[in-house]
Amino acid sequence: MTSLLSIDILLTAACAWGVVGLLGLVAPRNTHFISKTLFPLGALVGVLVGLASLGSLGGPAQTAVLVIGLPDLPFHLRLDNLSALFAMLLGFVAAGISIYAAGYFRKGEGTAPGVLCLEYHLFLASMLVVLLADDAYAFMVAWETMALSSFFLVTTDHRHEEIRRAGFLYLLIAHIGAIAILLSFGVMTGGAGDYSFAGMRAQQLSPFWSSAAYLLALAGFGAKAGLVPLHVWLPEAHPAAPSPVSAMMSGVMLKTAIYGLLRVSFDLVHATIWWWGVMALAIGLVTALFGVLYSTVQSDMKRLLAYSSIENIGLIAVGIGLTLIFHAYRMETLAALAMTAVLYHCLAHSAFKSLLFLCTGSVLHATRERSLGKLGGLIHRMPWVAWLALAGVIASAGLPPLSGFVSEWLLLQSFLFSPGLPHPWLNMVVPVAAALVVLVAALAGFAMVKFYGIIFLGQMREPGLKDAHDAGTWEKFGLAWLALITLLLGILPSTVISRIDAATQQLLGTGLAAKLKEQGWWMLAPISPERASYEPLIFLVTIAATLLLGRWLVRHLYHGRVRRTTAWDCGYYFQGPRAQDTAEGFSQPIRRIFEPMFRMQRHFPTARDTEPYYSVKVEDHFWYWLYLPVARLAGRISTLIVTLQGGRIAVYLMYSFITLLVLLLVARP
Amino acid sequence: MNAAIPFSAQLINLFAAVILLLAFAMLAQRRVLALINLFALQGLTLCLATLVAAVTTGQVHLYYSAGLTLALKVLLLPWILYRLVKRLNVKGEVEALINIPTTMLVGLVLVMIAFNVALPISELSHTITRGTLGIALAVVMLAFLMMITRQKAITQVVGFLSMENGLFLAATSATYGMPMVVELGIALDVLVGVIILGVFFFQIRDQFDSLDIRHMERLKDN
Repeated sequence: MTSLLSIDILLTAACAWGVVGLLGLVAPRNTHFISKTLFPLGALVGVLVGLASLGSLGGPAQTAVLVIGLPDLPFHLRLDNLSALFAMLLGFVAAGISIYAAGYFRKGEGTAPGVLCLEYHLFLASMLVVLLADDAYAFMVAWETMALSSFFLVTTDHRHEEIRRAGFLYLLIAHIGAIAILLSFGVMTGGAGDYSFAGMRAQQLSPFWSSAAYLLALAGFGAKAGLVPLHVWLPEAHPAAPSPVSAMMSGVMLKTAIYGLLRVSFDLVHATIWWWGVMALAIGLVTALFGVLYSTVQSDMKRLLAYSSIENIGLIAVGIGLTLIFHAYRMETLAALAMTAVLYHCLAHSAFKSLLFLCTGSVLHATRERSLGKLGGLIHRMPWVAWLALAGVIASAGLPPLSGFVSEWLLLQSFLFSPGLPHPWLNMVVPVAAALVVLVAALAGFAMVKFYGIIFLGQMREPGLKDAHDAGTWEKFGLAWLALITLLLGILPSTVISRIDAATQQLLGTGLAAKLKEQGWWMLAPISPERASYEPLIFLVTIAATLLLGRWLVRHLYHGRVRRTTAWDCGYYFQGPRAQDTAEGFSQPIRRIFEPMFRMQRHFPTARDTEPYYSVKVEDHFWYWLYLPVARLAGRISTLIVTLQGGRIAVYLMYSFITLLVLLLVARP
Repeated sequence: MNAAIPFSAQLINLFAAVILLLAFAMLAQRRVLALINLFALQGLTLCLATLVAAVTTGQVHLYYSAGLTLALKVLLLPWILYRLVKRLNVKGEVEALINIPTTMLVGLVLVMIAFNVALPISELSHTITRGTLGIALAVVMLAFLMMITRQKAITQVVGFLSMENGLFLAATSATYGMPMVVELGIALDVLVGVIILGVFFFQIRDQFDSLDIRHMERLKDN
């Protein structure tokens, strides 16, 4: 019954989000009403969206035509399996973030809470409409609403100069991306003037125009997702935004870009050409490696997570590339495997990265500190946040038994089949890419150890941290919700894959569900159990049993008592919090090994300094190689054009006069 | 004279020629008051030309056009301009950016271009006034040239109004005038435009103690 109505439910939900947002304007300064009534309502709508989409997964596509829009140009909406999958992700993750936000927003922080509530819920509603849109017009309207509402959310604290700068950079790149997407849609209509997605599917484009549409879509959606070299807004905008907004942007908004890329490359354009895949693979690899390297050397916790998001988007792009390659050679089972990895990683990343961003929000509220160098030992003061963050960190590091491992394992599994590609050098080069993916996964683990270890473990680096308090009830609930999703995605991969398989089947024609049905629900063996299988539940039980057994053994068979005493101090007579490894010190080996990848400004203390200090500033090469030259070029062209504006009225009149004369002479009959 | 051309058409051609001559006179004129007189004279000639066309063709709205021209361009606007010149105390001499003989030569070239461009258009038209289309275009261009080469703000306004005369002549010669609504609209625009410019003159003079538009170069943003 649900599947018949789910598009109506989703539309109602989008409207409900809009109404909840507007209600925020009724009493824009009443923080209590807004945070304790409106945000939980929004979360409820999120759960509804998640359940309705989950129910419609695997069902037939549903369409709707809205009366709003321009005359003769109504909004077409369609809920198919791909939309349903991403709407499910949006709904469930938004529910967690909204519940958390109910406890997060306080009085007197930037924008009035009512306005913030409106922007936030508009952001949610526009993302839902992006996922449901079935014509370019509705898509672009929703896409731009999404960009604008998130821009205002990023600049919530607009009193700070750098936050305004970050917002502007975000808006600029969002617009460049939107232009590319618009052009891509234009190419896909094939000149027929039919901007509905059904019309685009019906077009048979030549390989040249298909490739043009694909490349434009890759650039446009890549700008939103944060693919290199259009990633620069991401590490600026994410730290600038309030934590629930960073979580929403990183967890869900980046996925709408992935959705768009999948929609264009597998659904709207028919031709699949192998080099499309190679391109996505290469860009994805560069993005992943770049993201993870920069995330290891950050000393601001939100920037670290933002770069880690770039890395994860890179991995997703690698998966898309691999899918495209397999698809181009009609190796559909393997394509389905890679596609499953992509979709799974989207789900996994949206849950664990929003969880981690929310944890940084709690830490920020408790300590007013974002710099890793001034945190530490918070597990003693904030046990809830610390343990829930551990779930996110394990998933993000790609360790079993949580969600990140499943998707990375699936991705590597599909890489292991790439030597079978019927192309002379692809079957040699692509496996090498697998090695890089493994490197990225390992470095991601390093970054996460740094993130967790420096914030939560060790001793407190500042005396003020003693006053830190744990998260409130709402915040705990939101964090626990996301941690639960991460856990479920980790231990029930077969069940999840058989649900999301509908989307894979829609895009590729084949899926993994049939194969998985032969095996039990506890086991994941995508190609054959002989080749590779993963039983997360058994793994979890084994680990837990080993730990408990070890504890029991130590407690009862060893000398049976626990002593609390000072740790061995290695012979130093003084051991304070300052003697701990710092954020910069921890990542020093990475900076040394990958030195050419960073642009560093370092200051070393010398023996003669009266106040010796060490500082390192890591900057992005792309900023100097690509963005600043473009900015300089634009500046130079403007200076040339400004000479036209001499300020003399006679000269201005002369311009019009000469134009008139030329037009008269040219347009003579 | 070619006998094929009726007397009324010859008369209109004569008036058109006078308008062109007046346009050249305005281009050559150095004094502001004389310039306004010439403008009023040009308006009067235009009014007469329209009147002749109205009598010949019997089109009622051409009478209104002629009346409008008389009221606005011969009486009201010159009177406003006179008052402006008096109130603003503009010195008699008008400095030109380019010297007058050169301007006249450029004007000659423009007239040739205008005739050349207008020739194919006037062949399409069937009005008795079609021969004057080239002249009308030439008047527009000469007025434009005057706006470019003069430095006082008032002369630019006179150039602008003279350009409107040219347009009016073009409309009359090609299609016996524009629809009445359009004509009224344009007349109102011109009137309001002149009044607003008059206000601006006072502002400009207060700001720069002069009406020389070269001072406004300082206004551009750097």
